[in-house]
Amino acid sequence: MNIANILARKGSMAVTVRPEQSIRDALALLERHNIGALIAVEGDRPVGILSERDIVREAAHNDAFFARLVADLMTRDVITGQPHDDLPSVAHTMTERRIRHLPVVDQGRLIGMVSIGDVVKAQRDHYQGEVDTLQTQLLADEGGRAR
Amino acid sequence: MTPATGTPARPLRVAIIGAGPTGFYVADHLLRNAQVVVEVDMFDRLPTPFGLVRLGVAPDHQKIKFVTNAFDKVAANPRFRFYGGVEFGKDVTLADLKAHYHQIVYCTGAQTDRRMGIPGEDLSGSHPATEFVAWYNGHPDYRDCAFDLTQERVAVVGVGNVAVDVVRILCRTPEELATTDIADYALEALRKSRVKEVYLLGRRGPAQAAFTNPEVKELGELADADVTALPEEVELDPLSRAVVERGQDRATQKKVEILKEYARRQPTGKSRRLILRFLVSPVELVGDGAGGVAALRLVHNELYATSTGTLQPRATDRFEELPVGLVFRSVGYRGVPLPGVPFNESWGVILNDKGRVLDPDSKQPIVGEYTAGWIKRGPTGVIGTNKPDAAETVECMFEDLARGAVLEPARPEAAAAEALVRQRQPNYVSYADWLKLDAIEVARGRAQGRPRVKLTRVEEMLAALGR
Repeated sequence: MNIANILARKGSMAVTVRPEQSIRDALALLERHNIGALIAVEGDRPVGILSERDIVREAAHNDAFFARLVADLMTRDVITGQPHDDLPSVAHTMTERRIRHLPVVDQGRLIGMVSIGDVVKAQRDHYQGEVDTLQTQLLADEGGRAR
Repeated sequence: MTPATGTPARPLRVAIIGAGPTGFYVADHLLRNAQVVVEVDMFDRLPTPFGLVRLGVAPDHQKIKFVTNAFDKVAANPRFRFYGGVEFGKDVTLADLKAHYHQIVYCTGAQTDRRMGIPGEDLSGSHPATEFVAWYNGHPDYRDCAFDLTQERVAVVGVGNVAVDVVRILCRTPEELATTDIADYALEALRKSRVKEVYLLGRRGPAQAAFTNPEVKELGELADADVTALPEEVELDPLSRAVVERGQDRATQKKVEILKEYARRQPTGKSRRLILRFLVSPVELVGDGAGGVAALRLVHNELYATSTGTLQPRATDRFEELPVGLVFRSVGYRGVPLPGVPFNESWGVILNDKGRVLDPDSKQPIVGEYTAGWIKRGPTGVIGTNKPDAAETVECMFEDLARGAVLEPARPEAAAAEALVRQRQPNYVSYADWLKLDAIEVARGRAQGRPRVKLTRVEEMLAALGR
């Protein structure tokens, strides 16, 4: 299984924001889409990622954080994934580097985002499927017949 | 006042398109719901149910097919009907279904293969592996395909389970195959096979190969084929070694050990040789001047890590020519768009969010239309992976029902749907009909000591049903 299989059933594109937009705008987007991170883009090229954690960090010591810009708070060193990246590698990298959101790019162009929740769900379904299939075969050993 | 949809007086009527494992998992999840009364009508363009379990799973892997016992139980529910031999978009249209059902679920799988996109791919002697699989499994649409089994050297491109199935079937003896439910004509054709050397070609290394350990072990136990591999290709590169050690991935370590043992094996004089190759990609099929394949030009790959740590192949400047007369490609599969149903060309799936079909312009769910299985997420996982996938879709269906977002069919009665099908496709096959066909196939098999002998022509099936 790879990232493409996760994106295939997500339908929506990643929600994006422009670096020059305010944190107020960014919060409105996070709230409207019920998500935890936005990808900052110039055109369709990702230039940063802004997570709820980035905003909390600023809000903790700056009452005027609403007026700051996305460019001020976003993480610029973004780790991105590609459609054919394997699920286990992605899970490992996200866990080890404590990344909750992975923008997915294809030839430099943003095509979607996978969250750690997406990855956990895909892995769970994968294991459940294997268990189910193995159980079926074990039951087959105990008799019965096939089509 | 009209009773609520999903009650005994007005059951939720659902049409499922496709009778493969996913279709049955969807039906099962729907019919299990204790609060909502659901009636399921399942359509398939073929007269027989079970999709790839019947027509994809290798004939020498009968145990995998036992999953159909669970499907029989689903079909035994009085609120389930099967309409076999009824094609969506031809015999019944989307408009027909919208007039008879509250919800429609597309479970049509990935019906076509990806191309390699290299010169010579269309030479005669170059085939999608899926066509060969459909042929040896007795798929009515593929039973008349022909493969030149007079060739002595064959290459199978890919290391997924389809590729492994194909090399195994090519290497089995007629005696081994004769105990399976392989199609009769395929058994005869393979009996005359002159294939001597079979190459399985993986573009990445042994640690990344999709085949499972039981699958690779089976290749070492073939009655009359010696398996081998190249020592330099099964030795792990530093990047792969690091990944395997870091993850303490026992299964992959074992897989590599098995392959290394194959690389050390000396030929024991068996009639056929199976050569497992890694880190090579075909770049061209070289013609023989008469329209056939003479060789496969391969480039040797090296692995590099992407930013997420996935090891991907990269071509080097080393090339090799592998003389082969027959090539099967198995480099991935794609869904086929259904008439009137939004499609996501990037991934080869129906455009969807968790199984809700989306309008391509608004990206909002289309009321009453859903998808599950490979046509929803792409071709990945084992049969059982489609069960949680189907559960996710069914959860969306019940959520939408609860908030009243279902179709409002003019004729939501089982009898009206049956009348429609009967009018459009009088020769449809019911589940009771299928059970008769099943009994006939099993009886034919019993006489020969085989699990079944399949009926492989639609006319043959209808004749067996007295039509």
